[in-house]
Amino acid sequence: MLKIDNLQAGIEGRKILKGISLDIKPGEVHAIMGPNGSGKSTLASVLAGRKDYEVLGGSVEFLGKDLLDLEPEERAGEGLFLGFQYPVEIPGLSTTNFIKTAVNEVRKYRGEEPLDAVKFLKLMKEKMALMNIDQSLLSRSLNEGFSGGEKKRNEIFQMAMLEPKLAILDETDSGLDIDAIRVVSNGVNKLRNKDNAVLLITHYQRLLDYIVPDFVHVLYKGRIVKSGPKELAYELEEKGYDFIKNEIDAAELADQVAEINK
Amino acid sequence: MKTEIEKPARPIHDSEDYLEQAIQAEYKYGFVTDIEADEAPKGLNENIIRFISAKKNEPAWMLEWRLKAFAHWQKMKEPNWANIKYDPIDYQDIKYYSAPKQKIKPGSLDEIDPELRKTFEKLGISLDEQKRLTGVAVDAVVDSVSIGTTFKAQLGELGIIFCSISEAIQEHPELIKEYLSTVVPITDNYFSALNAAVFTDGSFVYIPKGVRCPMELSTYFRINAENTGQFERTLIIADEGSYVSYLEGCTAPMRDENQLHAAVVELVAMKDAEIKYSTVQNWYPGDKNGVGGIYNFVTKRGICKGDNSKISWTQVETGSSITWKYPSVILKGDNSVGEFYSVAVTNNYQQADTGTKMMHLGKNTKSRIVSKGISAGFSNNSYRGLVQVNKNASNARNFSQCDSLLLGDKCGAHTFPYIEVKNSSSMVEHEATTSKIGEDQLFYCNQRGMDTETAVALIINGFAKEVMNQLPMEFAVEAQKLLAISLEGSVG
Repeated sequence: MLKIDNLQAGIEGRKILKGISLDIKPGEVHAIMGPNGSGKSTLASVLAGRKDYEVLGGSVEFLGKDLLDLEPEERAGEGLFLGFQYPVEIPGLSTTNFIKTAVNEVRKYRGEEPLDAVKFLKLMKEKMALMNIDQSLLSRSLNEGFSGGEKKRNEIFQMAMLEPKLAILDETDSGLDIDAIRVVSNGVNKLRNKDNAVLLITHYQRLLDYIVPDFVHVLYKGRIVKSGPKELAYELEEKGYDFIKNEIDAAELADQVAEINK
Repeated sequence: MKTEIEKPARPIHDSEDYLEQAIQAEYKYGFVTDIEADEAPKGLNENIIRFISAKKNEPAWMLEWRLKAFAHWQKMKEPNWANIKYDPIDYQDIKYYSAPKQKIKPGSLDEIDPELRKTFEKLGISLDEQKRLTGVAVDAVVDSVSIGTTFKAQLGELGIIFCSISEAIQEHPELIKEYLSTVVPITDNYFSALNAAVFTDGSFVYIPKGVRCPMELSTYFRINAENTGQFERTLIIADEGSYVSYLEGCTAPMRDENQLHAAVVELVAMKDAEIKYSTVQNWYPGDKNGVGGIYNFVTKRGICKGDNSKISWTQVETGSSITWKYPSVILKGDNSVGEFYSVAVTNNYQQADTGTKMMHLGKNTKSRIVSKGISAGFSNNSYRGLVQVNKNASNARNFSQCDSLLLGDKCGAHTFPYIEVKNSSSMVEHEATTSKIGEDQLFYCNQRGMDTETAVALIINGFAKEVMNQLPMEFAVEAQKLLAISLEGSVG
């Protein structure tokens, strides 16, 4: 579904991703973990098409298309969803109206008829029940005055409404207490099926107690330095990122020493 | 106390390729109707005023009133305090009268020249009463004259007078004499004096005691002829305990020359009466380089004459190359209420200096000001408002909210609030914000499948919602679309 090959990208002339390769198949959940500044959010932004980021090399194929060639809204139309770490506020715009526009713009991209008010409300009711979300949240201005937990629930609700093929959830757990993490994770789990995939980006292992990944990748200094089954997350939790850092930094140092000695 | 605060425009983002970029909004009402016109030669002098008055077959007192205004105007100087820049207007280079020549004077709406009827159909305004489902009565004004008013008979049954002001001068001189220029005196300002001298038509409304007008009344103004100024005058009187909702809309052809529009609107609300006046102003704004467009110098003022009366102004200003306009309310009656809701959009090289004046004279009077300015391109958008509480206006209340939204980093937003309070029991509040459409907001919308144009429209409509909610239902949707069209291409 998503095939990232040697992706390199940066911002303002600074290279952050230094060659990422990753293969995600339908039905899989991948977790990307890493310390602060390792390039996790950059990866999410580049995949979603944020303009301030510059792709410096490599390729990304999404459902057979060259993802990097598409505008952000086209990527959304193709079925890529990004759950934001910091969802933005738009004063005066009701959340319902925003979601309705999003759903119908995506339908338009796919050559489908827009949903009329009745059909849209029916779909929304259905997803509200599934996600256990309250009407009052949806009639408020988009994210305005929402608590951290409400913002993240709103992200997952939008995901439910848009039914993406690939959901990238960028630090969805950051700033949430354990109850909020449970609610958000339940939502994500309900949406999982054999045809879609999830890429979780997180700093902490605790989210992975609720959304269990098939693969865990450790990102450090713009590279995936270690991949493994979900147990890798426990190892990280136990030993901290330092053990990876030390391993990598020691290897780098050894390389440099060898270089000098040559 | 007197304050003047200016908030200079802030550049909103440096990223060149993303938020910068001007413009390509197509003005879709820019066509010209090919119809012969009955015109006065260019220039302004007493003879022209006599010519206009004679064309209108006006009584002698009306001509005298005009000449008095003209004599006064000649002694006045064009004001220059507004935050707008334009080349001097040559008042001798304008035609002050132009009427579409119709073969016969229409006795009924069916006899209106088909070309004119087509013009209004293109504008989305049907003069065909039977086909109208929206329940809106329309007075249509082209250049200098009113060409027909719909639903007149039905309104007449309730004692409501809704006709062109020319007709009112003929048919209801007693009302005209009693109320004309009582709210905006002919000596009030440069443009209102000019208007009094040369106004050619406009609408007149009288709602009798205790009558609630059952439909929206509206006037549609259209400038068609070249080198013509449009000077209309509207007078609305709501007698005791009555209610009326009134809407005006305006468009003009696309031309390279600037055309002058200097209107005067007067509202009178008697005891327990309410007037709601809504404007959707979409005069030709000029092209993307700032060539052409309408100079819109308008004086609008209402008086809450009786106790418990209310006047509410709502305006959506998207057109004109220059807008100079301050719809105001004199709160004379005790417990009277004045409101001003405004959305002003400027794009390309448009300039707007608009706001309101709320003058509290009576006790327990209340006013509310909500102004939303949206600037894009190279435009300048200023809010200018006066809240004045007089000595006897005990317990007066005012709340003002002025928000500015910037698109791009080459436009300006300015706020000039003036507050004068002479009564210590009054309470005046002013809030102001300046924000920008952020790259973050646009990216968020893009990521949900919306292109940037759709995203901007959503954000703008959210920003302006509080004002749009004040518009009558029939026009709210149209006005929303207009906002989006006005800003098309302003964000790349």
